[in-house]
Amino acid sequence: MTNDVMQKLTYREAVREAIREAMKKDDRVFLMGEDVGRYGGCFAVSKGLLEDFGPTRIRDTPLSESGFVGAGIGAALGGMRPIVEVMTVNFSLLAADQIINNAAAYLHMSGGLFNVPIVIRMATGGGRQLAAQHSRSLEGWYAHIPGIKVLSPATVEDARGMLWTALEDPDPVLIFENAGLYNMEGMLPPDIGPVDIDKARIRREGKDISIISYSASLFKSLDAAEILAKEGIEAEVIDLRTLRPLDETTFLDSVARTHRALIVDEGWRSGSISAEISSRIMESAFYELDAPVERLCSAEVPLPYARHLEEAALPQVNKIAALVKKMVGTHG
Amino acid sequence: MKTKNTGKKKAAATNHNHAVHLLRSMIRIRRLEDKCAELYTTTKIRGFMHLYDGEEAIAVGVLEALTQDDAIVATYREHGHALIRGLSAGSILAEMYGKQEGCSRGRGGSMHLFDDKLRFYGGNAIVGGGLPIAVGLALADKMQQKKRVTCCFFGDGAVAEGEFHESMNLAALWKLPVLFVCENNLYAMGTALKYSQSNMDLAGKAASYDVASVAVDGMDVLAVEAAAQKATEVIRFKGEPFFLECQTYRFRAHSMYDAELYRTKAEVDEWKKRCPIATFTQRLKNEGLLSDADLEKIEGDVAQEINEAVAFAEACTWEPLEDLTRFVYSERRMS
Amino acid sequence: MAEFRMPSLGSDMLEGTLVEWLVKPGDRVKRRDAVAVVETDKAAIEIEVYEEGIIETILAQPGQKIAVGAIMAVIRTEAGKKAETPEKATLKDASQLLAEGASVPAEDKEKKLPSIPEVEARRIKVSPYARRLAAERSVDLSTIAGTGPDGAIGATDVERTTATVITQPAEKAPPTPIEETPREASQKEAPPAAPAAERHAAKDYQTAMRRAIAAAMARSKREIPHYYLQMRLDMSSTLRWLESENLKRPIKNRILPVVPLIKGVSLALRDVPELNGYWIDDRHQISEAINLGFVIALRQGGLIAPAILNADEKCLDELMDAMRDLIVRTRSGGLRSSEMTDATVTVTNLGDLGVETVYGVIYPPQVALIGFGKTMEQPWAENGMLGVRPILMATLAADHRATDGHRGAQFLDALNRHLQEPSNL
Repeated sequence: MTNDVMQKLTYREAVREAIREAMKKDDRVFLMGEDVGRYGGCFAVSKGLLEDFGPTRIRDTPLSESGFVGAGIGAALGGMRPIVEVMTVNFSLLAADQIINNAAAYLHMSGGLFNVPIVIRMATGGGRQLAAQHSRSLEGWYAHIPGIKVLSPATVEDARGMLWTALEDPDPVLIFENAGLYNMEGMLPPDIGPVDIDKARIRREGKDISIISYSASLFKSLDAAEILAKEGIEAEVIDLRTLRPLDETTFLDSVARTHRALIVDEGWRSGSISAEISSRIMESAFYELDAPVERLCSAEVPLPYARHLEEAALPQVNKIAALVKKMVGTHG
Repeated sequence: MKTKNTGKKKAAATNHNHAVHLLRSMIRIRRLEDKCAELYTTTKIRGFMHLYDGEEAIAVGVLEALTQDDAIVATYREHGHALIRGLSAGSILAEMYGKQEGCSRGRGGSMHLFDDKLRFYGGNAIVGGGLPIAVGLALADKMQQKKRVTCCFFGDGAVAEGEFHESMNLAALWKLPVLFVCENNLYAMGTALKYSQSNMDLAGKAASYDVASVAVDGMDVLAVEAAAQKATEVIRFKGEPFFLECQTYRFRAHSMYDAELYRTKAEVDEWKKRCPIATFTQRLKNEGLLSDADLEKIEGDVAQEINEAVAFAEACTWEPLEDLTRFVYSERRMS
Repeated sequence: MAEFRMPSLGSDMLEGTLVEWLVKPGDRVKRRDAVAVVETDKAAIEIEVYEEGIIETILAQPGQKIAVGAIMAVIRTEAGKKAETPEKATLKDASQLLAEGASVPAEDKEKKLPSIPEVEARRIKVSPYARRLAAERSVDLSTIAGTGPDGAIGATDVERTTATVITQPAEKAPPTPIEETPREASQKEAPPAAPAAERHAAKDYQTAMRRAIAAAMARSKREIPHYYLQMRLDMSSTLRWLESENLKRPIKNRILPVVPLIKGVSLALRDVPELNGYWIDDRHQISEAINLGFVIALRQGGLIAPAILNADEKCLDELMDAMRDLIVRTRSGGLRSSEMTDATVTVTNLGDLGVETVYGVIYPPQVALIGFGKTMEQPWAENGMLGVRPILMATLAADHRATDGHRGAQFLDALNRHLQEPSNL
């Protein structure tokens, strides 16, 4: 594949193209959510889609998160393949009843009779000075719930390829798009197809430590690995991609090679996905460990507005690098 | 439901067979609930169990107006709806026993009865939680140009939930074929309507969303049936939602047993005089549409049905423990 | 005949208190009649009957606590014939039932707590991976000094150890379980040395010796604050003298160059006795006897440092004989235990292999180790004149708890002096 046939695409455009392609492929697919139509999407993801597909399939909703997420579940039960956009994860709490009590539980409490093939997309993450109510990273928290799948596409390729696979999945899939990534550019072949949603990926190989991360933290981890490489530390960087079901094989195998693990997670530390990963390493790779598993998470504070405070609250490249040096230096 | 009803019938018990059918349906519910209570006291059934005694006319009357293509979303007080929709008493009881031959394989219990072939989308045990789902089912029908009705049952308690208001708005806004049936039994658990609503005109609330709405005596099966027929006609013709408030009363406690501190015995006794089964029986007898022999036959048939259901549930089997984590994710891919 | 039992009115109900009967014997009851009032955790509730018939016998009394399922009354049903209280219908009150259910045999209650084994005085901190590596390579973790936080042993510590200690690759040695040797024991033993030579299986012997060395060396590095001093010695006088002395002897009696070194050390220790002895129990114990341990490498790997007892009192020929004897017996396995344990100081000479400088590790609880490198011709300036002399690097590794550098320097100086006057050795 040469560069001239590659297409330069932002993460935002990748999501949009994924929606467009799905709408074209399957007329059961429709998009609904607040401001997805006439406004063009809060993050301009769905800009232009209304013109292409009309208001029936690009459906603006009132500010009724529980109502329209529940309607999405009903539509999925009724034979459609809805993509429901909840503007941000913060507002998904208003629909938590529908997501958790209905979407996640329907198949089980009906003894396998009713599956819910819904895809719920939402923006997530902090780092844009939006303060406590607009900066949450709750994808790890949703990953606690059996019955749903939780995707966290970090790369443009995954932003482009995960949606169709999610739509083909018979069960509810939540896709978390870190709002800080929408402007990120990547090169993709125009005929890029769907990607799997089952496996984590090693985004950089290394022998000294496994940095386990996802979403925006992935790129901070990769930047840190670059710095560390100059100092002779070879960090392996893993992109989890899917938080539920968690592909533990990839990170356990990696830890078995590097004998050290650092989890970088924009979520909070207490009761988090990072705690889950750490536990799995303890349970399944304890005898591979040459140093305690470490975590770099957000400070346990609702994210503050002031820039310096917010930056201090979130995992950053320099903090990752420093922590890795401490861990690797331990027995150097 | 065995009879398909096209909605042309008048709301009078002029037809002997139909009248007996309605009465039989109500008695089937009452006897099933009676057996459930008994089985609960002997610990055959566990968990929360909400009985429908007193409200039978609503499920029977409303379901008369639906076709087998229509969908039903019910609450946790749904034994009667499931039975009348066509789930066998055996599969319902087996579910409450927790047996794998139960309609939800014993995964749901009393509050979560399901049947896909009958489009019975379950007992939903979060108050108000079923309304958005009904809206979505109707949305799917509308988008797929399927002329079907989604019927959603809920109690007066749900009217206080945000999901009620969101769903009314969505259904009206998008003109969706939903029949909202509010079973107003005056109490949300133990809190009387007057303590939870600033305005007790529930039909009026729906009307404020431009949803056509009617309040009807929920203790009168013929009135409920007539209102439901009218409502579904409107829905099918205009493709818009309809709100039906059925005023009723539950004779038993909220869930199995409670001390009923929130209402007086006198109030209960007063409502029991309006028992939908007793009053309808009397009316049919007065009109010469029901003989003692008819009634004896109904009771005999129903007793046999219930006895067979208990025997079935007893004979059913426990799902093996190895299957514990099944049905969290689908075992088959979709097309 | 039917039994009316305490119903379960909720999943969490275990028992109820009978408040009152709403019926009496002889009353006719029908299905769903309320027959009694029962107080539960939540409230008083009227309980129904699901039988038709006549109340035959009332068994429960108001105020009684009754377990769910216990019989409260007997009802004569249509099918029943005579009033006949079933034998099993004896009422047990709830406390009785609960007591039965929860009874614990007396002997169980008296079971003693398991005795708690005495814990190791100090737990070795070691990473799980390092522990696994050590097991795979049969390395005793107690012999390794960790470089991690709080002295924790990491994989690199194990790897470093196995890289330096193992002189020959282990031949598929199966992983050996790590022995839990109480640390206290080795401390009380007097000078550590290689294990007894009576072992039969060479492999076992080697493994055991390896462990002994490992334990001693790790303890040394862990506990002894070493200081090192080195001094270049002009060996011209000694070698010249030795050459002439050897001319007087038959070949088999010739004295090896190391012997004057040993004698020099012995005499220097007389001058500076603080370096001869032990550090035990936080106390410096100077030894009167100068029992000089001499490191002998074994062909199969490993080493032994048997003692030349009272070395300072022996002339060069006696020392030479003692050394020969020790080497032969060491390699054939005939050392006496006193020779194994009595060394008060150790000398190691690696000059034969070309090593220039030895930085030794003290054998605990000794307080000094003297190392000798290769004697090499080197430029040597003296009195403003440059010449070429046979130069030997002598080093002292000493326990700073027992002595200071000043004492160490005095020792090397004394050693030098003695070697410059070989005829007095």
